[in-house]
Amino acid sequence: MIPEFEKFKGFKAKSIPKDEPLAPGHRACQGCGEVLALRMVMKALGRDVIVCSATGCMEIITTPYPHTAWRVPWIHIAFENAAAVASGVESARKVLKRKGRIPKKHIDIMAVGGDGATGDIGLQWISGAFERGHDFLYVCLDNEAYMNTGVQRSGCTPYGAMTTTSPPGSESFGQVTWKKNVPAIAVAHNIPYVATASPAYYLDLMNKVKKAALVKGPAYVHIYSPCPTGWGSAGERSIEFSKLAVETKVFPLYEVIEGRYVMSRKITKPKPVSEYLKGQKRFRHLDEAHIDYIQKRVDADYEKLIKLSEMT
Amino acid sequence: MNSAPKHPEQPDIRLMQGNRACAEAALAAGMRFFAGYPITPSSEIADFLASALPRHGGSFIQMEDEIASMGAVLGASLTGVKAMTATSGPGFSLKQELIGYAALCEIPCVIVNVQRGGPSTGLPTSPAQSDVMQSKWGSHGDYPMVVLAPSSVKETYELTIQAFNFAEMLRTPVILLSDEITGHLYEKITIPPPEAVPVITRRSPRVAPNASYKPYLPNEPDLVPDIPDIGTGFHFHTTGLIHTPDGFPTREPEEVRALITRLHDKINSRKHEICLYEERNTGDAELILCSFGASSRSCFQVVEDARKEGRKIGGIGLKTLWPFPDFIFHKLSSSVKAILVCEMNCGHIIGEVERVCEGRCRVEGLGKCTGTMITPSEIENAIKRIK
Repeated sequence: MIPEFEKFKGFKAKSIPKDEPLAPGHRACQGCGEVLALRMVMKALGRDVIVCSATGCMEIITTPYPHTAWRVPWIHIAFENAAAVASGVESARKVLKRKGRIPKKHIDIMAVGGDGATGDIGLQWISGAFERGHDFLYVCLDNEAYMNTGVQRSGCTPYGAMTTTSPPGSESFGQVTWKKNVPAIAVAHNIPYVATASPAYYLDLMNKVKKAALVKGPAYVHIYSPCPTGWGSAGERSIEFSKLAVETKVFPLYEVIEGRYVMSRKITKPKPVSEYLKGQKRFRHLDEAHIDYIQKRVDADYEKLIKLSEMT
Repeated sequence: MNSAPKHPEQPDIRLMQGNRACAEAALAAGMRFFAGYPITPSSEIADFLASALPRHGGSFIQMEDEIASMGAVLGASLTGVKAMTATSGPGFSLKQELIGYAALCEIPCVIVNVQRGGPSTGLPTSPAQSDVMQSKWGSHGDYPMVVLAPSSVKETYELTIQAFNFAEMLRTPVILLSDEITGHLYEKITIPPPEAVPVITRRSPRVAPNASYKPYLPNEPDLVPDIPDIGTGFHFHTTGLIHTPDGFPTREPEEVRALITRLHDKINSRKHEICLYEERNTGDAELILCSFGASSRSCFQVVEDARKEGRKIGGIGLKTLWPFPDFIFHKLSSSVKAILVCEMNCGHIIGEVERVCEGRCRVEGLGKCTGTMITPSEIENAIKRIK
């Protein structure tokens, strides 16, 4: 068991911090699930944090010149290198503490990026930071495509989804590859804490982020983030889709604590994936055969996860 | 995709975006492989090709990053397919190592850079022309570069085809240096019929595969070797190390010199063919407005206005930036009083103009690095300052 977790009792709905380290009034789209998740992340972390933010929607909507929604120190870097800059920040603070130039007080360091910045262009930089064992947390806000440049596919775009660079038509049915399992890649680095979270289960999300911050060494939290603009879904249904993703086993919630898989929510009566797929324009072209394939693969992936949780 | 006109005898006139024209022209030039990564303001090129290329029997891959996109383009081109990538400032920076590789290994390819304001993330949705020097000197080492800069949708179409033809003819990477204005501009364009588009394709070896074939042995007089496509029976070596005509690494000073100078000579010796430009009213002009890309539109407007008023102002719109068309300025500098170089940067092309003019005429600059275009009235004000 991780000693840092012993004193942490978890957030309660009644006692959620009222403070908003990420201020309201930013420019996110209506119904943005990503900024909602980020708000919860920041509530869990509080103000004693340095944030290194990759290029992406959250960077743009929180900082339209001359405004900022960030009430904490915030560095916007390039697209690929949030984890590398966080490594530098963490190492430099160690040096300054050693020399007595700054107080010994612990400050969390968070690198944050979207699915493109995390699973595609930034992957090697995250891998390096995990390998070196910096004491920081990496949060991936996964809205399953490059939304800020006009909805292009990413490695985390789900199978069959329509994006501008995975268009369905006579030659294709949309995204032809299965969603890249970035949490599994994080786990493969033998870091102490990996978790998946969803804004629909906000207490679970906040607890996981807090644990990721508490643990010594690198931690990774992968957060499902509905994007009404990119998915062609109704803004008011973002939380509903977040719930459906979990209930249909499309986006399972779990933790991997020192290599041990723990299911956060076991789905015993799963809903069919078709319930999740309908209502999102990105999936509306899919025929029965594709939906059947998705159902089978989702079931198989979930089964693997259950086995992992039973094994470890 | 728009369909062909119903009456084939009628010209194919369309209202088209600059980025779309680039993608359409690439298809017309025979490009059948595109690898890219989303980046504003070039994403429309990838978006269109994602659906158009499969229908043309081609292949579109969205890669995991900018470097990988460039790598895939090199792999596809080495295999024998005309290949392209499109990006903007930050992505262009990331691609530089492999652009140098393409120049050294003589891999034909086209890299589109729809310029935005920089440095770093800069101004993703605003125009700039500040990658002029990077497009020439971006990768390390001595290598030549062919860079074309379109100023309109029509020119984007023409120069994209030209870029592929130069790349194939010279076996070299060619950069199409567009800008946010030209890339996002919608204009009328007449798409030429396929038979009117000259398409050049690289030469293949003229002999059957044999053990003594030297893939990098230059031909006379164009100094371009007949490098076989990978996988066509020839067994040869491709490397980013300095190599001899057989493709194997060398450190022999004479062999190193031979390769590096040949790479430059194959391009510089055909400067008059490669350097494209538009001249307007330069014959009797006392003042020349020199520009390229979107900025040359404002310059030509001023030239037109000035001529109506009887002022002796002419314009030069450079379509080829590299190799630098010095011969134009050798000639002009002794007949005009001044040249005003207008560019959306802190002064790139002006340095070249000054170097070539050697003080024979006054060279002044209107550099603007505000993320906004140069207007005709700003040029008029700059002209007043000269006089």
